[in-house]
Amino acid sequence: MNTAVGKSVRRKEAWDKVTGRAKYTDDFPIAGVLSARLLTSAHAHARIRGIDISGALALEGVKAVLTGADCPELFGPLTRDRPALARDVARYAGEPVALAVAQDDYTAERAVRLIRVEYEPLPISLTPSQSLARGAPLIHAQVNGYRKNAPDIHPEPGTNIAGRYRIRKGDSGNALRRCNTVVRQRFFLPPSDHMAMEVRTARAEISSGGDVIITTSSQSPYSVRNELSEAFLIPAGKIQVRVPFVGGGFGGKASVMPEILAFLASRRVGGKPVRLTMPREQDMAAAPGRIGLEADITLGASKDGLIHAAELTYWLDCGAYTDISPYMTKAIAVDCTGPYHVENLSCDALCVYTNHTYATSYRSFAHESYTYCIERTLDMLADRCALDPLELRIRNAIRPGSLTPTQVECTAALTGNLTECLNRVRQLSQWNGGIATPIKKDTVRAMGVSCFWKTENPPTDAISGALVTCNPDGSVNLHTGVVEMGDAGQTHLAQMFAEKLKIDTDKVHVVMPVDTRTAPEHWKTVASLTEYMAGHAVVRAADDMLCQLRAIGSQALGCPAEEIEVAHGRLYSIKNPERFIALKDIVRGYKSATGESIGEPVLGRGGYMLKGLVMLDPETGEGRTGPQWTLGAQVVEVEADRKTCTYRILSASTVIDIGALLNPESMRSMLAGGMAMGISMASREAFSYDAGGIPRLPNLRTYKIMHIGQEPDYRVDFVETPDCASPYGVRSYAEHGIIGMPAALGNALSSAFGRQLNTLPLTPETIWRTRAEDVHDTL
Amino acid sequence: MVRYEGMVVISLHVNGENREVAVRPADLLLTVLREQLGLTAAKPGCLNGDCGACTVIVDGWPVKSCLMLAVEAEGHTILTVEGLGGTAAVHRAFVDANAFQCGYCTPGFLMVCHALMTRHPAMPGESVVEEWLASNLCRCTSYQEIRSAVERMYAP
Amino acid sequence: MIPFNFVYYRPDSLGAAAEVYEKLRREGVSAVYYAGGSEIITMCRAGAIEPRAVIDIKRIPECMILSPGDRRMTIGSACTLSQIGESRMFPLLALSCGRIADHTNQCRITLGGNLCGSIQYRETSLPLLLSDADISLYGPEGARDVPFHSVFDGYMRLKPGELVVAVHVPVWALTAQCAHMKKTANEKIDYPLVSVAAVWRDGCLRIAFSGVCAFPFRSQAIESVLNDRTMTRGERAQRAACLLPAPVTSDAEGSGEYRLFVFRNTIDEILEGWENGTL
Repeated sequence: MNTAVGKSVRRKEAWDKVTGRAKYTDDFPIAGVLSARLLTSAHAHARIRGIDISGALALEGVKAVLTGADCPELFGPLTRDRPALARDVARYAGEPVALAVAQDDYTAERAVRLIRVEYEPLPISLTPSQSLARGAPLIHAQVNGYRKNAPDIHPEPGTNIAGRYRIRKGDSGNALRRCNTVVRQRFFLPPSDHMAMEVRTARAEISSGGDVIITTSSQSPYSVRNELSEAFLIPAGKIQVRVPFVGGGFGGKASVMPEILAFLASRRVGGKPVRLTMPREQDMAAAPGRIGLEADITLGASKDGLIHAAELTYWLDCGAYTDISPYMTKAIAVDCTGPYHVENLSCDALCVYTNHTYATSYRSFAHESYTYCIERTLDMLADRCALDPLELRIRNAIRPGSLTPTQVECTAALTGNLTECLNRVRQLSQWNGGIATPIKKDTVRAMGVSCFWKTENPPTDAISGALVTCNPDGSVNLHTGVVEMGDAGQTHLAQMFAEKLKIDTDKVHVVMPVDTRTAPEHWKTVASLTEYMAGHAVVRAADDMLCQLRAIGSQALGCPAEEIEVAHGRLYSIKNPERFIALKDIVRGYKSATGESIGEPVLGRGGYMLKGLVMLDPETGEGRTGPQWTLGAQVVEVEADRKTCTYRILSASTVIDIGALLNPESMRSMLAGGMAMGISMASREAFSYDAGGIPRLPNLRTYKIMHIGQEPDYRVDFVETPDCASPYGVRSYAEHGIIGMPAALGNALSSAFGRQLNTLPLTPETIWRTRAEDVHDTL
Repeated sequence: MVRYEGMVVISLHVNGENREVAVRPADLLLTVLREQLGLTAAKPGCLNGDCGACTVIVDGWPVKSCLMLAVEAEGHTILTVEGLGGTAAVHRAFVDANAFQCGYCTPGFLMVCHALMTRHPAMPGESVVEEWLASNLCRCTSYQEIRSAVERMYAP
Repeated sequence: MIPFNFVYYRPDSLGAAAEVYEKLRREGVSAVYYAGGSEIITMCRAGAIEPRAVIDIKRIPECMILSPGDRRMTIGSACTLSQIGESRMFPLLALSCGRIADHTNQCRITLGGNLCGSIQYRETSLPLLLSDADISLYGPEGARDVPFHSVFDGYMRLKPGELVVAVHVPVWALTAQCAHMKKTANEKIDYPLVSVAAVWRDGCLRIAFSGVCAFPFRSQAIESVLNDRTMTRGERAQRAACLLPAPVTSDAEGSGEYRLFVFRNTIDEILEGWENGTL
C-alpha cells in the first residue's frame, strides 16, 4: 500500500493561488525600483543608420538610454549569435533596439517614444524556402563566425543554414523503389506564440560588493546565472538568481532574454534595482516564440500498409537567431518517424534563419510540428492502402526490438507500449474507423487519430539535486531547483520523498521559490524531466536521510541498523515495533532518557547527473540523446459543415503510456491542458505578418487562443509500463498532451472535408482556401 | 463638477475599507491597486482588456481593471480576491476542482465566478456560464476543470 | 499604463459637459468625451491618441436613462451593453450587444462609446439603422433630436463638441421579428468577419451589415434584391455581394475573398431561416 505515490495529492500551493497570495516576479513592491522599457525594430530587416537618444535623455526622470553600442556581448545557449540590443542591423521586426531606464514606467515609456532611429531597409526572407533560395539575403553575414557552446552545431557558411542533422538507417532509396505504395507530401506550418498569461519580466540589481541579484520569471534560473557569467565574465557565484511563482512558461521562459536587458540597465545606473516587464505586444514580437516548419515527407509501404522506407526533410524556421533551435532540429531528427518501425530511413533536419522573431523551445520541443507532417502523411497512406488509419498505426507501431531512428533498441521499459495505447484510445474515443459520417444536410462527423512519442535532448551531463532539512515536528523541507509554473512538479517530488519515508505528503514542505544560492542546481525546468531528474535526486536524498536515521536509531535502540524501519513518522526495530522513536525526536539528533546526546542532526542530500547519453554520429545520427521515451495515441472528433467550411470539435482523447501514475489528477489535468493548447494552436493560432515581415497587431485581441465554450470533451487514460530506470517507473509526460493534437485535428478535418490539409492553423478560411485551390487545380 | 489635474488624492472603497491614494488621472485602476495598495492578486496579462487576469468586481459587476481609470472608481465599491478573505465558496471550488495550474489567471477567473454567483444566486444555464467566463483566458487548463469549479461553487 | 497626462472632468449635466468642451477647444486643448473608456484607454496606451482632457459623461442623468416609453424607448449613451442586454427591452440591440467583445467588457462598453468608436465595427448601429431610431445630441449650440441615419453614414457625423445623449427606438421595432448573426474567423470572442442584423416590417426584410466593409451600413439596394422572391436564395446572396457600398475588408481576421464567401453564406442562412420560419 503506497503512502503517497499514486494518490491525487493536491498541489502544495493551491490555497496561495486561490487567495491571491502567490507572488509572481512583478508582484513585489516597486518603491525604489527603476523601470526599463524597450524600443523595438519597426523593420524585419534593416541597417541601423543612426539612433538619436538626445530627446529621451533630456526628459526629466530618465536615468539612461542604452543602444547596441553599449553592449558588444553576444548571447545564445548554443550559438552566440544574438546581441542584447541590435547592433548595426536589426534582423526581425520587434528586435530590441534601445532600452530606456527611468524613475517609473510612465517616464520610461515616454522616453522610448522620443528615441529616433534611422533605418535602411534590407531585403527580407520570411520562410525557410525563401532563405534557402538562390540569391536570398544572408541574415547573418558569417554564420560560422560565432562562438559555439556545443560541438555538434554546424552552420553552413555562405547560407542561412544554422545547423543540420542527418539520420541514415538502412537504404531508403532502394527500399522506396521496391514499395508499391509511395506517398509524398509537402507541409508548411507558420510560427506561433507560447502566450503564457504572465508576460516575461525580470528585475536586476548589483550590490555594492558586486553581487548581481536577478529576480525573474524564468524556467531556467541556472541558465540565467551561467549565461550572464559567461557573457560578462562575472564569476558564477557572484550571481544570484531568484524565481518566485512563474505564470506559465511552456518553454518560452527557458530562453535567457529579459534578464540580460535588466542586468545591462542596472549596471548602467550604478547597480540600482531595475525592473523590465515586457508589454504583451513585445512579449509576442520581441521575445522568442514557436518555430515554423516546412517539411517534405515521403513514405513507402507495401500493400498491407507496412512501412518499409521513409525519406524526410525538415526545415525549421528558427527566425533571426538560433537560441535553442539547433537542438530542436536535432530533436526532430531523433524522433523523425514518429513511433513506428521503419527500417530504411533517411532524414535531413535543417535549422534555417529567417526574418521572423526568433524561436525557442515550445511545449514538446518541436514534436507537435513534425508529428503533424508525419501523421498527416500516414493518413494518406492509409487511404491509399484502403486501411483504417488506426489499424495502419497498429501494424507499424514500434515494438521491443525495433530500432529508433538513431538506432537505439526499443524495449518495453525504455519506450512503452504503443499498441496498447492505440487499442485503448479506440475504446476511449469510440473510434469509428476514420470514415466521415453524414449527420444532416452538409454536415458530417469525422475522427482523426495521431500517435506521438518523444525522447529528450538535454545536455549529456545535465544535473539535478535535492536537499532536505528537518523540523522539530518531524516534518521536512524539500529544496530543489525546480521552478513551479503550473506542472505540480514540486508536489510530485514531495510525494516521492514522502513515499520513501512512508510519511504523509503533508509532512513534506516544499520551498517553492528557487534561489540559485540555496537550491541545488537543476538543469532547467524543461523537457518534462522534473520527475525523472529531480526525482532521482529526491529519492537519493531520502535514501541518504534514511541511512542517517538508521545509524542514529541503531545506537538509540541498541539494534543493528539493518533492522531499523522508518514508517508513519516513527523509527523502530522490525523485531520489536512496539518500541519506537518518533521521527520528530530523532531528526535533530537523539536525546536519550538519561540526557545523553546520540547522533547528529539529519540532513538529506541527493545529486543526480544524466548518464549514458552521447552526441549523435554526424553521418548516420546513431546515438542516444535522452534517458527515456514516452508515447501514446490521440483522437479528435469533429462535426463539420461542408458548405461553410466551419466545424466544432466534439471530443479529444489521449491514451499515454505514462510508466506509472504518480498523481492521477494532476497528471490527467496536465495532459488535458496540453491537449487544449494543441487544439487552440492548431485551430486558430499563428503570427500574422504583412508583406514586409511586420507582425500585424501582436496582441490577444487579434491573436486568438481558445476561450471557454469552444473546447471539446477531453478524455485522458493511461497505460502503465514502468520505466525501470526511472523513479517509481514514471515517464516524462508534462508536455505530451499537445503533441498529436494538431495532427489528429488535421486528420479529422481532412477526412471531414475530403481535402488534404497540410498547413496550420486549421481555420475555416484555411479549409475554404484549400478547397478553392483544389477546385482551381482540377479546372 | 469634478476636475482632476496632476497628482490628486482620491478615496477608493476597496475590500470594505476606504483607502486614500495619490493618482494621476491617467492611472489605471489595476496599477493603483497593485502598486499603491499592494493588492497584487489582480494581474496584468495584456493591459488591453483581452485576457481578464486583472478582473475585479465593481458594484457587483466584473470589470477589467486595466480598462478603468482609478479616478472613475471613486464612489464605487471595489472587491478584489484579497477581499474575499479566503472564505468564499469560489476558493474551495477551484481548489477541489484543480481548476488552475500556473495560477496567474486564477484571481481573474475567481472574480468573474464570484460576480456570477452574486448576480445569479442559483446556477444559471450553461450558456450564461460560458458567456461570463469567456471574458477570461487560461493557457494551462483545459477549461473543463474551471467548468467543474463553477458547478462545485454552486453545489459545495 | 498611459504614458502621458490628461485632465479629468466629470460634469453632472449636459450643459456643464458642453461648456467644458467648448472652453478647452478655445484654449486649444484636445478633449474627448469619455464613457466606458475601453477604446480610449487602449488607444492612449498604444499611442494612437493623446487627448489632453477627458470628459467623463457617466454622471450626466440624461446619458444614463434606460426606459420604455409609450411611443419610443430611450437608451442613454452611457448605458452599458450589459445593461441594455439585461433589460431585454430591445431584443435586436440586446443580441448585437451580446456579441460585442466579451461579457466583462460589455459591463463597461457603452452604447455611445460603441457608436462613436474608431474601431470599424460599431455593431450597435445596425439595430438603430433598421428601426427608424432617432438620436439626441447635445453640444455647444444646444440640443437636437434627429433621425439616427441622418447623422450616421457608417461614422457618427457630430458637430464639434457634440455628444450623443440617447437614442430613441419606436415601439414597433421592440417587438418586430428580428435576427442577428455574427461570423468570426474561428474564435467566438473576436471581431466579426461579417455581422448581420435583420428586421422584418410588414413582411419586408431590412438588413444591415458590419465587418464586410470598412464601416457598418444598411443598403436599400441589397434589401430590394433580398426581398425579390423571384430569385433563388443563392442568386440573391450572389447579387447582394455585388452591391456592397465599398470594397470588401481584407485584414488579419480574414481575406476579402473569404469574407465574401462568409457574407453570401450568412445571407443564405438568414433567407433560409426566413423561408422556413426557423429564425
